[in-house]
Amino acid sequence: MKTHQFDVVVVGAGGAGLMAALYASKSANTAVLSKLYPTRSHTGAAQGGVGAALGNIEEDHPEWHFFDSVKGSDYLGDQDAIEFMCNEAVQAVYELEHMGLPFSRTPDGKIAQRPFGGHTNNITGKPVPRACYAADRTGHMILQTLYQQCLKNKVNFYDEYQVVDLLLVKGHATGVVAIQLATGEFHIFHAKAIIFATGGHGRIWEITSNAYAYTGDGVAITFRRGIPAQDMEFFQFHPTGIFKLGILITEGVRGEGGILLNGEGERFMTRYAPTVKDLASRDVISRAMYLEMQAGRGINGKRYLHLDVRPETVNKYAALDERKRPDGTPYVVTAEEILSKLPDIVDFCRTYLGVDPIAQPMPVQPTAHYAMGGIPTNKYGEVVIDEDNTVLPGLYAAGEVACVSIHGANRLGTNSLLDLIVFGKHAGLRAAEYALGASFQRLPADAADFSRAQFDALLNNTGSEKAAQLGVEMKEVMNDHVAMFRTEQGMQKALEKIHELQERFKNVQLGDRGKIFNTDLLNAWELGNLLDLAEVTTVSALARQESRGAHAREDFPKRDDVNWLKHTLATKSQSGIDLRYKPVMITRFQPKERVY
Amino acid sequence: MQVTLKVFRYNPETDKKPHYATYHLEAEPTDRVLDLLEHVKGYIDGTLSFRRSCAHGVCGSDAMRINGRNYLACKVLVKDLGRKITVAPILGLRVIKDMIVDMEPFFENYRSVLPYFINNDLPPNQERLQSIEERERYDDTTKCILCACCTTSCPSFWANDKYVGPASIVTAHRFIFDSRDQAGAERLQILNDQFGVYRCHTIFNCTEACPRDIQVTQAIGEVKKAIATGKIE
Repeated sequence: MKTHQFDVVVVGAGGAGLMAALYASKSANTAVLSKLYPTRSHTGAAQGGVGAALGNIEEDHPEWHFFDSVKGSDYLGDQDAIEFMCNEAVQAVYELEHMGLPFSRTPDGKIAQRPFGGHTNNITGKPVPRACYAADRTGHMILQTLYQQCLKNKVNFYDEYQVVDLLLVKGHATGVVAIQLATGEFHIFHAKAIIFATGGHGRIWEITSNAYAYTGDGVAITFRRGIPAQDMEFFQFHPTGIFKLGILITEGVRGEGGILLNGEGERFMTRYAPTVKDLASRDVISRAMYLEMQAGRGINGKRYLHLDVRPETVNKYAALDERKRPDGTPYVVTAEEILSKLPDIVDFCRTYLGVDPIAQPMPVQPTAHYAMGGIPTNKYGEVVIDEDNTVLPGLYAAGEVACVSIHGANRLGTNSLLDLIVFGKHAGLRAAEYALGASFQRLPADAADFSRAQFDALLNNTGSEKAAQLGVEMKEVMNDHVAMFRTEQGMQKALEKIHELQERFKNVQLGDRGKIFNTDLLNAWELGNLLDLAEVTTVSALARQESRGAHAREDFPKRDDVNWLKHTLATKSQSGIDLRYKPVMITRFQPKERVY
Repeated sequence: MQVTLKVFRYNPETDKKPHYATYHLEAEPTDRVLDLLEHVKGYIDGTLSFRRSCAHGVCGSDAMRINGRNYLACKVLVKDLGRKITVAPILGLRVIKDMIVDMEPFFENYRSVLPYFINNDLPPNQERLQSIEERERYDDTTKCILCACCTTSCPSFWANDKYVGPASIVTAHRFIFDSRDQAGAERLQILNDQFGVYRCHTIFNCTEACPRDIQVTQAIGEVKKAIATGKIE
């Protein structure tokens, strides 16, 4: 078994991981381990923009961004961290531009910006263009640019290495265990500081915008090692996924003037969010869509609605809303403009639906999209492990895997890319700083034993279960009972099913028992992660007897600040999962009713 | 509908040489080829190996030769291929296992063209300005996802994998024609080499293969012209 040694090891090569690596590598010997080639990471699928109050189109202020994010989080976000992020946002976006990121441009050559859900002018309450974008490929450009800059800075990459365990010695993070996909061999990466940037776990649900790779490896690994998982009951359903496929249709479509319509051709969002309508925050819109479909107002009574960005529709509603261009002229779009601002969306719809969004409305339904919860950290990316925010030395997390918490109960669109670059950077800086002042902790003699036991068990099972089938059953039950609306009864049912699946998982029989690129083995291991996180999600959600942000309980329809204005910390214990709670950091904005 | 899926199979741990396996499947016309492969792997033969991640044409993991042409398996639907579908690994790179090929020579070529933004001036406090027209100049080549569909459809690359290949030239183009970048001349020099742009014989396979609809051959032509004239326009 080979052992490697680095000051800093970054696990995951999406936006957060690459940003962390870029900064850590400026002063520390840094390696990035990724189960995919870095440019395959899911950051590349992000479309609409990265939020920063540049004010390139209209007046805007980081303070407004701060308030909008707090409100969007349904007051569960930690305000010290949100304020920090919104203040850092402006410089962070300029910095991406300085790295060469090809942002779309305004007529005067500045970074282009568009409106997005929940981002408002705090005086008028109207949507403000805050999303800095590169067509509908903003994530792709961020991922490519950061990877390129990492190559320029000679970061060490270990591509197609699946990290399967975290090594802790005397309360310090000391390394990770990884499997090299090409050989099936275990490798130990001995490090002074470790940054987890492994992304989310949206593959728990049936209808999802998430990549196959989004299996929650980071949270599952740290959870098994006794580190809490925070706020896992909060998972965002994006309003507009392609019907049945779940592929994301960016909120930027509505930013450019697209409208949601029900089966009666009605712009129903005026009833749910009279001020910002189709640009309310995602939890609000997804729930409204669900209710419309429940009431039989889906298209032809089916489980989908229309997202309409045809120029005639955009122009009709822009006129009704009295939307103006920055120069004061009425907002009017042409088919060419739509095409140039949303080229990939047009391409997806043509490819997968045979629908041309310029001429026909798009069939959409809410799709599982983003984990607000994850590994608890402070605003420097340091992992904190209890109610008192005690730091675990040497361990960091950033990006979707982390819960700072800046997104609270519901993330605003464009704040995920922002999260990656701001907290990726600070985790990288902190980790390098820590590593330079620390020495290597001695590795345990049995470093790979825990991993080997898990993988041997999978390889040697002779049961009759198929991992693929268990995955289908998990996704179905989570979509039915632990999605946009939840009840005690439904979630109990889901929990029983998950426990059944965890038992059956012990009888999974693999088709492949080889060493070289045994993706069958890795897929099965990933399913184990998903099942564990489905359990944590459901247990956390069952306990929270209120509705807040993405967590909507039919049996507890109101937000309850007296009892539930607090973060969930779920920890693995002998008897199952223990739940504890920690206070929300409130600095500036006292909770009030959330109206859009 | 019934589909006959013929798949290239090679397992280095058990097979002396490659063969094709045939699966008869029930499919929806709107299924992606990736869906068929996932079904085979999940329910029929777990050893079937391929890379995939996003499943909607943006991550570039699942480039394959499907009915004789390079596609992303997640971006081509059964209805566009018919009832007989043949899937094989992309050409010109060593096959490791089934559809998984050794991508290292491809990325080595990529790394050889200075595939990163270079501007050594102190940046302004805000963004560098760039006009809409200047941004448009290199828009097409910013779309590349490094899937290798283009490079592995190129007969010149099949003949010699030292040829930097279309994808690397597309990457170089993205920087050469970016008004903010300062290393265009260096990249042109790198590509003005016996393994550089002149290995391109304008066969257009790359342009046809690109799942992002990049005008690859045109981009290579523009780089050739810049080398010939010494002007980046």
